[in-house]
Amino acid sequence: MNETRHHVTLTVNGVVREATVPGRRLLSDCLRHDLGLTGTHVGCEHGVCGACTVLLDGEPVRSCLTLAVTVDGHEITTVEGLARDGELSPVQRAFTECHALQCGFCTPGFLCTVTAFLRDNPAPTEEEALEAVAGNLCRCTGYQNILKAVHRAAELQAEEDR
Amino acid sequence: MTTKLFGEPVRRREDARLITGQGRYLDDLGAGALAAAFVRSPHAHARILDIDVSAALDVEGLVAIYTWEDLPGALAEPLPLLIPHPALTHGRTAYPLAREIVRHVGEPVVMVVARDRYLAEDACALIRVDYEILKPVVGIEEAVRGVHLVHEDVPGNVGAHLVQEVPGPGGLTAREAIEAAPHTLEFRLDVERSACTPLEGKGVYARWDADDGSLRVYSSTQTSTSVRMAIAAKLGLPLPKVEVIAPDVGGGFGVKIVHPWPEEILVPWAARLLNREVKWTEDRREHFVSSSHERGQVQHVRVGFDDDGRVLGLEVEILHDHGAYTPYGIIVPIITSTQLLGPYKVGAYRVEFSSIYTNTVQVTPYRGAGRPQGVFCMERTMDRIAAHLGRDRTEVRAANFIQPDEFPYDQGMTFQDGRPLIYDSGDYPEALRMLKELIGWDSFPEIKARAAAEGRRVGIGVGCYVEGTGVGPYEGGHVQVTSDGRVHVSTGLTSQGQGHETVFAQIAATELGVPIEKVSVVTGDTRRFGYAVGTFASRAAVMSGNAIALACRKVREKALRIAAEALEADPRDLEITDGMVHVAGVPSASIPLATVAVLSNPLRYAFDEEAKRATQFAGPASDDRPPVAEGEEPGLEGRDYYSPVRSTFAAGMHAAIVETDPDTAEIRILRYAVVHDCGRLINPMIVEGQIHGGVAQGVGGALYEKMVYDEHGQLLNASFMDFLMPYATEVPRIETAHLETPSPLNPLGIKGAGEAGVIPVSAVIASAVEDAEGITIARMPISPSDLHHLRLER
Repeated sequence: MNETRHHVTLTVNGVVREATVPGRRLLSDCLRHDLGLTGTHVGCEHGVCGACTVLLDGEPVRSCLTLAVTVDGHEITTVEGLARDGELSPVQRAFTECHALQCGFCTPGFLCTVTAFLRDNPAPTEEEALEAVAGNLCRCTGYQNILKAVHRAAELQAEEDR
Repeated sequence: MTTKLFGEPVRRREDARLITGQGRYLDDLGAGALAAAFVRSPHAHARILDIDVSAALDVEGLVAIYTWEDLPGALAEPLPLLIPHPALTHGRTAYPLAREIVRHVGEPVVMVVARDRYLAEDACALIRVDYEILKPVVGIEEAVRGVHLVHEDVPGNVGAHLVQEVPGPGGLTAREAIEAAPHTLEFRLDVERSACTPLEGKGVYARWDADDGSLRVYSSTQTSTSVRMAIAAKLGLPLPKVEVIAPDVGGGFGVKIVHPWPEEILVPWAARLLNREVKWTEDRREHFVSSSHERGQVQHVRVGFDDDGRVLGLEVEILHDHGAYTPYGIIVPIITSTQLLGPYKVGAYRVEFSSIYTNTVQVTPYRGAGRPQGVFCMERTMDRIAAHLGRDRTEVRAANFIQPDEFPYDQGMTFQDGRPLIYDSGDYPEALRMLKELIGWDSFPEIKARAAAEGRRVGIGVGCYVEGTGVGPYEGGHVQVTSDGRVHVSTGLTSQGQGHETVFAQIAATELGVPIEKVSVVTGDTRRFGYAVGTFASRAAVMSGNAIALACRKVREKALRIAAEALEADPRDLEITDGMVHVAGVPSASIPLATVAVLSNPLRYAFDEEAKRATQFAGPASDDRPPVAEGEEPGLEGRDYYSPVRSTFAAGMHAAIVETDPDTAEIRILRYAVVHDCGRLINPMIVEGQIHGGVAQGVGGALYEKMVYDEHGQLLNASFMDFLMPYATEVPRIETAHLETPSPLNPLGIKGAGEAGVIPVSAVIASAVEDAEGITIARMPISPSDLHHLRLER
């Protein structure tokens, strides 16, 4: 009972990475266990909690609902790739400034989601910010400080772009 | 310049790694370890007739399959009953792997170990277990009928029965007081099941070192020290050969204080047996059906009161559903029955509970730990009294408050720690005044009238609670200043997101007068601190915070003694500021704490320039005194413990304004206000975060979350798709105000804050929905469908 294995080449956080995986290997497991990027977390494995959210060619996807073989040749950004040259991104800085995380398990998913959101909508309204994070579960924070962090990140990003 | 960090909203020191993906949670460890997976019972109640593993043997990468029959010695015995109690006459715990009978869907039957999790699950799918299905017992009422039994030897399915009675003035019993009262009410209340559901499930990773004969276990636990003792006992290993570490833990909320979970002893056992690293990571469905739930209770209430709404007598009978097993004893119903009293004097009180077996997942504490049910009961009672008398709901509460000059206040009962229920301090009238101001209680009737004129229904609700926090028996702290000037703090209890690395560093930096950057904190690692109880019951800040402060004070005293000698000064004239010991008012007469650390440890061998100062030929020493004087120890370090006589009692009051949709019966929270008193605040930012998170869980419990079992004992909503945890769109903005009534019981004057937020939420929302609708609410959670049906029954 040996499974057929497939060779995949991914560009993860700007680095070309290769892995040989069975067809059923989830992208989340591939990132975590084949490539050693354990920053992406798995909270439900059925696409509801959003902890495993990564950016696939810049767009947020649930890596627990994505098979690694289906993203061969694509670009992926994980939480490990959000900081540039050791500098935290505006979203990362805003999350710590606003106390938008407690246990931190869901945080990578939020960070990836918000990063993509603010790229597309750098000055969101309250409602838009709420909508943007409404697909991710957090059991610790009650979301209030996460929402605050989205707006703070937008400010920091605007300052950086100035 | 002083280093006063206690009370400041210092940013969290744990964040740097957690926002960059550098945190290390259980499943992030052990690359290359073998994976364990479990065959779990698909039936709520059944007898195992046969287990056939033959089809699984050909699975690629299979390493081992274990059933109960394979388990040796103590491992084959039932799991420990952690908290025995004389009233728990029929306590029962599960076997690590089912022996003959399974008693809930999800109970582990077979453990498989394979090269990776996919393959382990392949093997699980091929293992055939034949069952004879037995009649399941589901639901409290079905269970108390006792027609079918969960455990053959537990008649009536009653695990425990406990009565506590507090006579009223003149020695009246509750019954007598109620009968003599001008007004009486009698009613029933229901609270559904919910669960902690941390985003990270449980997990265990074990490394056996055959050369050393030692075991290192990582577990996503709320108590590494006690897991360690359980593993040593179950595997027959000497305690010093076992170390347990709680790495970054992705939330706990109570479920991870239960231990040892079957997997916590089976995985280390397999690692040792196979001489390979083994890891098990719980998946979401496993968490729903094989961890713990909480909350489910039925309460029967009788209350007698006077014309002002003052309670003269209260009788409560509680049926508590504890599921299939009682590893955590009867802590939850004990807390419900004692903390039900809240900030009130109730005259005579009688509470009776029966803790009942059902063929469902076991019930153990979930944040709030029985208090949400107790507070629901008392606050519903207050609202009914107010409605009966036509009085303002806050007025009735105020009439029953314990007054600020009545502390310490003895409620006359025995609390969950086996100690008297004596409240240490509080100011309930002031908290209520602040809450009414924050929410605008007195002007709400106008808002309600205006909304009604627009065809909208709004209502306001209130709920008060007292929370016994910081329960013993003890915690400890160890503080070491090394010769590089760094301060290493450790404590045995664990962290699951509370920010202990930050608040304990604030305490140490403040006590020692060092920059916080110099302080590092380790929690939950038995290699660093072996004695601890665990993180639960809003106790970590109170217990370890005070222990660390006491340990720092020992270190400080020693540092001043050594520095005084070096500076030829009186220790009483010395201060430590920014890591320098100096004569007060004379900054030039100073010595760095780092140097004091060097001097504290007389050396023969110098390992660097600084260390030369402590070597034998470095300077004048007294010839007639040993280098380490009698009663002294080398090194600048201190260890101390904090063990309280009894719990501290935090308190809070919440209010909410809700709107109910006249057509869809949707319930929306428009405003939510919290006044909270946890004594002195170490870090207000973190306390607020704790409150926000607690309220959000409370909102889940009030409006959305419910474990739905069918009559066969199948959990119908065992996924995040069907068990409705609140997203950002369901949680209102929470407005907070703090009252700080210091606890007289501990050196720092603090109480706990972890669980507070969740406790009164169901009571508050019920109160507000009742006000909006004019319908009596007696059951939580309340969904739009529930409200719709209540409207039809009106």
